[in-house]
Amino acid sequence: MPVFLVNLLILMHSVFSQPVDVFESKPAIMDFDTFQQYLEHENDTVYVINFWATWCAPCVKELPDFEKLNQKFGDRNFKILLVSLDFRKMYETRLIPFIEENKLRAEVILLHDPDANAWIDKVSPEWSGAIPATLIYKNDFRLFHEGGYTFDELNSIVEPLIN
Amino acid sequence: MKRLFSLIIFSLVFGLTLSAQGYKVGDKAMDFKLLNVDGKMVSMADYPDAKGFIVIFTCNHCPYSVAYEERKIALSKQFEPLGYPVIAINPNDSTLQPQDSYSQMIVRANEKEFPYPYLLDADQSVFKTYGATRTPHVFLLNKEEGGLIVKYIGAIDNNYEDADEVTDKYVEAAIAALQKGENPDPAFTKAVGCTIKYKK
Repeated sequence: MPVFLVNLLILMHSVFSQPVDVFESKPAIMDFDTFQQYLEHENDTVYVINFWATWCAPCVKELPDFEKLNQKFGDRNFKILLVSLDFRKMYETRLIPFIEENKLRAEVILLHDPDANAWIDKVSPEWSGAIPATLIYKNDFRLFHEGGYTFDELNSIVEPLIN
Repeated sequence: MKRLFSLIIFSLVFGLTLSAQGYKVGDKAMDFKLLNVDGKMVSMADYPDAKGFIVIFTCNHCPYSVAYEERKIALSKQFEPLGYPVIAINPNDSTLQPQDSYSQMIVRANEKEFPYPYLLDADQSVFKTYGATRTPHVFLLNKEEGGLIVKYIGAIDNNYEDADEVTDKYVEAAIAALQKGENPDPAFTKAVGCTIKYKK
C-alpha cells in the first residue's frame, strides 16, 4: 500500500476517533433478578429509581427534573437510576438515540423482563404497573409514587434525606 | 422531626391521589353507553346472549397496547362465538394525547379491521368507575344472577413484548375456568402499561 494512503488512513482514523460529547457507555440491559439489587441497598445513599419509556409523554416531560436533581445532589449520598421499560427491539433504534439527543447524564438501564406480573409487586405493592412511577428510598425509608413528579416535589422529598 | 413530618404529609397527599376507587374481583360491574367507531352507541345490554365480556381499556398511542393488538383481535375471534365478546374502550383525554382522538380511533379501527367495538370513554367516567389505571387493562365480566360480576382483572398474558414468548394466557385461562363454573386463578395480575391520560 502506498505510504500516502496509509498516512491518509491514519489521519482519517485520528479524525474520526476524536472524543465527542455523547453518552459514553450504553445502558445495561437486565432482567428483574439482576436489577433487584438496585432496590435493596442499605448504605445511607438516597436512591431515586424512575420507571419510564421513550414513548411515554408524562415520563419524558419529567426527565429534565430528574436530571436537575442529579446535578444538584450528584456529588452527595445520592444516586439516580432511570429504568427504561422500552421494548428490547428498540434499544438501538430508539433508546440510545433518545439518550444522546436529550444528553441524559443520569444512569439509564433497560429493564427487559416482559413477565411484569412477576416483579411489579417487588418494586412496590402500590404500583399498578403504569408509568411513570418512581421509588425513592434510603435504608428503611421507602416512598413509592405512581405518576409524575415536579422538580419541587422531588426536591422536597430528597433534600431532607441527604446527609 | 420536622422533615419526618413533611415526608408524612407528602406521602399522604400523594397517597390519596393513588387510592382511586375501582372494581375488585367479585364486584358487580356497571354497564355503559359509549360511542363506537362506527358512530353508534354501544352498551353491554345490547348483547342479550352474551355470557360475559372481555372489557379492555386500551388506546392507539401506547406501544404496550399496540403490541397486544393482534392478540386482542385473536381473543375476539376466539371468544365472541363462545359468548364472551371483546369490548375495547379508549379512556384517554385526546387533548392530552392527540393520537387517541375519536377520529384517530376510527382510522386505527379501519386499518386493523377490529372485529370488536372500539369505544370512546368521552367523559372518562367509565375507566374511573372500573378502576383502570393503564392501557392495556382487562376486566373480565361474567353474567350471573346478580348482574355482571368482575371475575378477572389484569393483563392479557405474561409477555407484553412478544406474543411468541407467552407462557401464561391469563384471559384465556380465566374464561376456561368460567366455562367450568370455577373462579379464575389467578384472578388478578399486574402489567406494565401507559398511564391513562386525564386532567387531574
